[in-house]
Amino acid sequence: MKHKVELRNHPIELHKFHLRLAVSAGFVLLFFIVLYARFYYLQVSQQEHYHTLAEANRISILPLVPNRGLIYDRNGKALAQNYSAYTLEIVPSKVPDIDATLDELATIIEITPNDRQRFKKLMKESKRFKSLPIRNRLTDVEIASFATNRYRFPGIEIKARVFRQYPEKEMVSHVVGYISRINDQDLEQLELNGELNNYRGSHHIGKIGIEQSYEKQLHGITGFEEVETDAAGRSIRVLSRTPPVSGNNLILSLDLGLQEAAEKAFGDRRGALVALDPNNGEVLAFVSKPGYDNNLFIGGIDQENWNLLNNSIDRPLNNRALRGVYPPGSTFKPFMALAALELGKRTAEYSMSDPGYFSLPGVDRRYRDWKPGGHGRVNLHKSLVVSCDTYYYSLANDLGIDNIHSFISQFGLGRKTGIDIEGEVSGLLPSSAWKMKQYKQKWYAGDTISVAIGQGYNLATPLQLAFATMVIANNGKAYLPRLIKQIQNSQTGDIEDIPAKLLYSVNLKPQNLEIVKSALVDVTRPGGTAAKAGINTAYTFAGKTGTSQVIGIKQGERYNEKSINERHRDHAMFIAYAPAENPKIALAVLVENTGTGGSTAAPIARQVFDYFLLGQLPEATIAQFTESVEDHAHEHL
Amino acid sequence: MIELRKIWYYFTRYIDGFLLVGILTLMLVGLIVLYSATGANINKVSHQVINISVALVVMWLVANIPLQQIRRLALPMYVTGLALLIGVALFGEINNGARRWLDVGITKIQPSELMKIAIPLMMAWYFDKHEITLRLRDYVGATILLMLPVFLILKQPDLGTAILIAASGFYVLFLAGLSWRIIAGLGIAAASSFPLVWATMHDYQRQRIMTLLDPSQDPLGAGYHTIQSSIAIGSGGVTGKGWQNGTQTQLDFLPEQSTDFIFAVFSEEFGLVGNTLLLLLYLVVIGRCMVITANASTQFTRLIAGSITLTFFTYIFVNMGMVSGILPVVGVPLPLISYGGTSMVTMLLGFGILMSIQTHPKLIKT
Repeated sequence: MKHKVELRNHPIELHKFHLRLAVSAGFVLLFFIVLYARFYYLQVSQQEHYHTLAEANRISILPLVPNRGLIYDRNGKALAQNYSAYTLEIVPSKVPDIDATLDELATIIEITPNDRQRFKKLMKESKRFKSLPIRNRLTDVEIASFATNRYRFPGIEIKARVFRQYPEKEMVSHVVGYISRINDQDLEQLELNGELNNYRGSHHIGKIGIEQSYEKQLHGITGFEEVETDAAGRSIRVLSRTPPVSGNNLILSLDLGLQEAAEKAFGDRRGALVALDPNNGEVLAFVSKPGYDNNLFIGGIDQENWNLLNNSIDRPLNNRALRGVYPPGSTFKPFMALAALELGKRTAEYSMSDPGYFSLPGVDRRYRDWKPGGHGRVNLHKSLVVSCDTYYYSLANDLGIDNIHSFISQFGLGRKTGIDIEGEVSGLLPSSAWKMKQYKQKWYAGDTISVAIGQGYNLATPLQLAFATMVIANNGKAYLPRLIKQIQNSQTGDIEDIPAKLLYSVNLKPQNLEIVKSALVDVTRPGGTAAKAGINTAYTFAGKTGTSQVIGIKQGERYNEKSINERHRDHAMFIAYAPAENPKIALAVLVENTGTGGSTAAPIARQVFDYFLLGQLPEATIAQFTESVEDHAHEHL
Repeated sequence: MIELRKIWYYFTRYIDGFLLVGILTLMLVGLIVLYSATGANINKVSHQVINISVALVVMWLVANIPLQQIRRLALPMYVTGLALLIGVALFGEINNGARRWLDVGITKIQPSELMKIAIPLMMAWYFDKHEITLRLRDYVGATILLMLPVFLILKQPDLGTAILIAASGFYVLFLAGLSWRIIAGLGIAAASSFPLVWATMHDYQRQRIMTLLDPSQDPLGAGYHTIQSSIAIGSGGVTGKGWQNGTQTQLDFLPEQSTDFIFAVFSEEFGLVGNTLLLLLYLVVIGRCMVITANASTQFTRLIAGSITLTFFTYIFVNMGMVSGILPVVGVPLPLISYGGTSMVTMLLGFGILMSIQTHPKLIKT
């Protein structure tokens, strides 16, 4: 035993072991230095980098969506408002089988096929991790029954949301427009404008109408909350909060009562009416019939309703007042008459004999007057009162197309008025240069003849006609038409008036204006084309009727309303202002496929004026009509 | 009074005071960090105090056993351990895709843990036995003794434990005088066999190595641990964010923060200053172990002490290396600090052996 021990402690062996141990100790030190170097690198050299990463881990920024500004009419009646409600929302990325889940969900909460369809459409348009509504406006009972079954539906949550609502629906849909969910195109546009940050957390954006054109005012400024979150994304506490700034409220110049009166006056007929304040360009009424329920679009419209609206023969989505182009017909004549006087081609005294047609020298073709046999001797005053075509055929030939174009374009025809909603079209006021550019053809004298009575190449929107009427009514002042009257700051409550904007003034001689305007007053008096609509007015009522051809009538044929398909019948037109000596309202009315302006369009204008100037409802005006017609019947007896 | 001193003497006669103070200091640091890592969970801290107490008792018991007694256990322990490992391979319970536990009726045991002690013992015993006639074939025999359990543990699969056990065995070979030429040869062989090893690796093991090379490849998957722990350490800076103020820790971005990744918690909250002190503290403990090793009187005790010392160091290096992102993520706890009873007991069992070596009367030197 002892011997062995001695062997074990052999000095060489021991020395060798100690050497190895020393080498090991060296390695230990070396590796510790490696560790230390790594720590130094992480904690000193890269400390800032990792600090940033840790902060990014820790802090997440939650957007606080601002409340959208409200929209009112000029009297403070709500046109667009917000309300809070609960929605049921699904995050598609958290739900493996959407269909099965929806089936299961339907056993608890009513889900219509429409809801499903709309949801599927939303899913296609949105990113998978976005929370999408399957049902809006849950009832208390529905909330309770989902809450008790919530564990069965991961990825589905009830959320409190603020909703947009348009209480007046069809009546003002073409003015107010609507908001709808932000789609990829909107996102692109927002990114382009550098506004994407302000839309973090926003789901909706104005798509059309006032909602679109005043998006910047209405949306507000998104607030942010810096929240400390844990690894599971739960917020632990709020570090800082920048509250959102609500959008500003808009007060429109629109008079809802007037709008309603106009709607009623239209009844079931299709058409458009634009009424302006001639003193400042404010839009008092802006009707396009039929309208549509703009509430349908907010949450994303379902296929069925979309088809109904989009495929309807009545084209309810078409904003006729803004985008519908129609030949202005005889409503063009007052402007022609002014041109004649201003350019010295006619005097008030000049008269001509109307045989019922006009022919260009050396040409066989006859341009017929609407009245077979003609109006007899016609001067300028009478030409407007009875709407004599022949007078204007001959006048147009004397003026020439380019004089007509340059004079009448001062009244805003042929170009956009610049109203504060988007999508306006420019219509067409033809010229020889235009025809050359468009058709590579020279202008023929014959082309001018039909332009004279607002047909031919002539096209105008009801808004443009209202604008032109305003310029006559206020003796030449072209105000920018605008729907916005005031903006109410959401923070201070201060109301800012939007000043009227005079675009330019048309230089017109007062005596010439007087000649035309007195004729326009006589249009609504006995003997005038709108005499019936002008019966017993408590104010002076100036107007001009028009008929807008939908299809051309061949040479030698007569227009026969009854033999023509209803949709091909002429449109009735009427432009008017009142009171004539101090106009407070100027308007243009279009009624589709109902024949002459005097019989259908002018009575609508009368009802609108009665409401606006006298506060009289359309029912009362209609009663008055019937009464007077009876009176007249007696007179004739 | 005399009686008390006598009891104290008998109670502490086989305890190495220097080493004990080092160990206790590290444990205290561990408890402080654990308190923060668990979000002030006093239950978990109490549980760890119990783990520590049990481990200290084990250490005390082992320290009181003379090495000659322990030496006799070497062969039975190794054989039992190997048998149990084979048992695991055949009947083991699968947990998280790995077969590591064996249900022996009363309780579940993890035989690889036993091997952590059995391997150095067995190999030290083996070299001790062949001391006079140490030849190359003895090294080969010892290598086989080592590779059998390592292979079985690799197959479980438990890369971390396999590496530690292989390392503990290699240290015995190295300290026993394995020639430098063979070591170099083994190194080359290991490097050239890498493709073969790669082919037999499990997917998740490969993933870990790939992730080490580029953690950002899979930031939410395999790279998550490394990225988050690097962020924790790096954002701690020089002075740290302060105890219980580590955002990575307190907001749960850091995974496994009370066990394998507890060092990241420490690092985030105490910074480079804390890391320096901790490294020094570990160095002091390792240094004391080295001194004990150098003073050991027999080949067996020298080898066993050296292996335990260097394995202790290996734990530290592998754990800190993986947490700081220079080594792949293998499940290795930070000794004396990570939460958990098993590794604490194994660790203190080793220190008990070291104390026994230091404090029991050395055999007479001539």
